[in-house]
Formats: sequence, C-alpha cells, structure tokens
Amino acid sequence: MAEKERKTPKLDELEKGAWPSFVKEIKSAAGKNPMANDLLGQLERSYEEKIGHWKHGGIVGVLGYGGGVIGRYSDLPEEFPNVSHFHTMRINQPAGWFYTSDVLRKLCDIWEKHGSGLTNMHGSTGDMIFLGTRTDELEPIFSELTKLGFDLGGSGSDVRTPSCCCGKARCEWACYDTMALTYFLTMHYQDELHRPAFPYKWKFKMSGCPNDCVASVARADMSIIGTWRDDIQIDKSAVTEYAGKGMNIQRDVVGNCPAKCMEWDGTELKIDNKACVKCMHCINAMPKALSPGNDRGACILIGSKAPIVEGALLSSVLVPFIKLEPPYTELIDLIDRIHEVWSENGKNRERVGEFIQRVGMGNFLEAIEVEPVPEMVAHPRENPYVFYEEFFEDESEEQEESEEEK
Amino acid sequence: MAELVKVEEVADSMFTMIKDTMGQKKWKATDLTKAVLELYGDRCDKTLAKSAIRELIESGKCVYTYFGGSFIEIPHKEGAEN
Repeated sequence: MAEKERKTPKLDELEKGAWPSFVKEIKSAAGKNPMANDLLGQLERSYEEKIGHWKHGGIVGVLGYGGGVIGRYSDLPEEFPNVSHFHTMRINQPAGWFYTSDVLRKLCDIWEKHGSGLTNMHGSTGDMIFLGTRTDELEPIFSELTKLGFDLGGSGSDVRTPSCCCGKARCEWACYDTMALTYFLTMHYQDELHRPAFPYKWKFKMSGCPNDCVASVARADMSIIGTWRDDIQIDKSAVTEYAGKGMNIQRDVVGNCPAKCMEWDGTELKIDNKACVKCMHCINAMPKALSPGNDRGACILIGSKAPIVEGALLSSVLVPFIKLEPPYTELIDLIDRIHEVWSENGKNRERVGEFIQRVGMGNFLEAIEVEPVPEMVAHPRENPYVFYEEFFEDESEEQEESEEEK
Repeated sequence: MAELVKVEEVADSMFTMIKDTMGQKKWKATDLTKAVLELYGDRCDKTLAKSAIRELIESGKCVYTYFGGSFIEIPHKEGAEN
C-alpha cells in the first residue's frame, strides 16, 4: 500500500552530500511500509523540537531469552501509531560477516514480512540490527530466524555477541584464527549470551593482528589481538624494489617507527626485533616486503569500554602472549575466573574495566590468580602498572624466614 | 557434604523473594544467586541456582527485563507501552 508522502524539510538536509543517506533509505522503505513512513514523521518532529521521542527498555523479548531484543516505544503513539512499538532485534552475525546473497535475501524477506524492513548492517556490537517491529511479531520472527539457522545476539547484562575481523579467511597478517575462536566462544558461552547473569555487559572482540580492525582495544571488555614473538619477516628483494620505485624508506618507514628500532642505510633494512612494539606501521607501509613473524599467537587485553555510565577506557595488557588453538582450555579457564570474580563483586552497571579501577589491578590479578609481569602495560614503552613492593617484601620476608630456619 | 535441595524448591524460593519485594527491589541474577546460597548454605551451589533461574524463566513465571541493566521480574504490563 502506498503511503502518503510526508513533508520532511529537516531530514531532506541529510540527503545532501556525497555520502549515502539513511534518510534516502527510510524514504524508499516508506513507500511500501507504514512503519517506515511513521518513522520519517517522528524523526522530522524530533529534529524540529530537538527532542528524542523514544522510550527505551522494558520487558519485551522471546521466551527463555534475556537478550537480543531491545524494547522501544514512541511517546507519540496517537500521532505515529505505526511506530508505537518499534523494537530492535539483534541477530547473531556469522563470524567475519560472511554471507551468501541467498541468505541475505531470506533475512530481508523475514524482516519485510514482520518488521519495518529497515536494517543496520552491522551495529557496533557486530550483530545484524533489525530496526522496528511490534511485540506480537517477536516470536514469529524468532521462529523463522531459527529455521534459517540464525539466532538472536546479546543485549543487556550478558555476553554480547562475540565479533572478529575476517582473520585468516582473507588476511595474511592474521596471527591466529579469529573466526574459529569467535565461533567457539559464541557456542561455549550460549548460556551467558542469552541469560544475563553479569553486573553489566561483557564484550569479546577478536582481531587477528595489532592493526586491530575491529577496534577491540577501544570497545571490548576482553580484547584478543593477534601478535608474534619472533622476528618480523623481511623479503630483502622486495625492500629493494620498494626503494627502486621511489619509496622514501628512511622518512616514511624508519622515521615513523615509534620504537626507533629500524635502520636503513640505503641498501639494507635492519630491525632490532627486541625493541619492536608490534605497531604494524612498517608492515602496513611495505606489505610485500615485511610480514609478522612465524611464532604467532595473541595478546589478551582487558577493560576497555565506550563512555556510558563513566568515561571511556582503553584496554590494557593482561596476558602478553598466548598460543590460541583448540580446545582453548587456558583461555576459557582465565575467562571463567574473571567472570567469577567480577560477578561476585561487581556493582550493578559496572563494566570489568571500571571494576578493576575500583579494586585496583593488583587486587584483581590476585583474585583471578594471574601473576603480574612487566609486560602488563596500558601502552607500549610505559612503566608497568603493578606495584612490586609487596612482592619484594614477601620475598625478603621469605628469605629472612629461611635464613632463620638455617 | 549436605544433600542439595531440588531445583524446583530453589526456583520457588527465588519466586517468593521476587514476589515479596515487587515494586521495592529489582533482582539481578547474581542477587538471587547470593540470596539462595545464603538461605540454603551448603545445600545449594551456583550451578543449582543457575538451573533454578532457568526454570523460573522457561516456565514463564518470571521474565528478564532491561532497565539500565538486566533484571528478573514477574511479568507485568509494560509501563512504556502506555
């Protein structure tokens, strides 16, 4: 059914410019979907009044699940009845965001039948975001999604849908199989993903190398970032080729090395690998000549978050290097110890990074039974944040005791 | 070690706690777990408490809600829907 065309002068401004516009897409959907049409009307009203007209949260969901549906209602239901309910659904995306065009069509068919037809591919959580449906459509949508092999993602105080870069599927720099780990964590933590049992949200994000294409260092409670322990691999002939084609290696590669661990004498590139901080700059600049070493694994960092209740945090190093291969026993043991301590002692809406700030990293490490090491730093080349005095004191006390016994 | 209580009994105790404090307190899963561990002592553990919460939710007696964080409540008419 064709909907009446709305006058939207404010929104029209957002269609101008070089970039794709969400307004254009909503207008396109509004021609055949009354929800999209009322959405245009309510949005225009919000831009006029500079007030949001959504009410958020509540009790909506599918039976047995505590996540995956974010309740949303209009506070102008008489004026815009088709968006009186406008719930968001998060759909667990495949690791690395790989789809067939056939399955994308089927997903869109489900959403056009039961919802507004508007999607966000993908949300900052990594999920497919289906924008706008009514409460009584939630179970039918869930049923059709599960028949298609899809499940809801996380929301609320649960494990959020784990997400990763494309890893070894398309990137030669991946230091571990991010997609395999993401799938494993998704399946292993199904209960925690669908049944919120934590003080607040918990996000895993997996990046295959320190380029960190999924920005895990800024967003994930646990960032698992690929790295290597041995030397950067150098293809000398490719370095010569770069120089021959006019690359200013001294200025653009050596000069930009944050660790100052490279030398270029005009013919040979030397790297002091012990001083390398794995920033990836040189590898990004000369991808044909340089690549990560062969002894690959990951660095586990903890505690980042975007500003919601309190300010933003970047994650900091918890485990400097770990080999990540199935069955991931060491990793799961570590995660479970962290969950145990945080669940037991965290306050409502306290992310693990905020919890660590409150109790202190030393106490946190002790509680999760991880020994402090000098690599536990917030930034490369920084002093470690663990104070060692108490350990020195413990050691000297032990020495004194053993000497007394002698 | 003492014999563990039945999952249904723990679920019933949780339900009573939620019902008796409705409108005054919102229960998170961790709060309910701590409360039943205190109530039953060594006759209950975290695994049992987790199963009891699942029983509560899957029976439809309680639902998960979201008000800033996730809580477990008795189903009621959605306030925001009004």
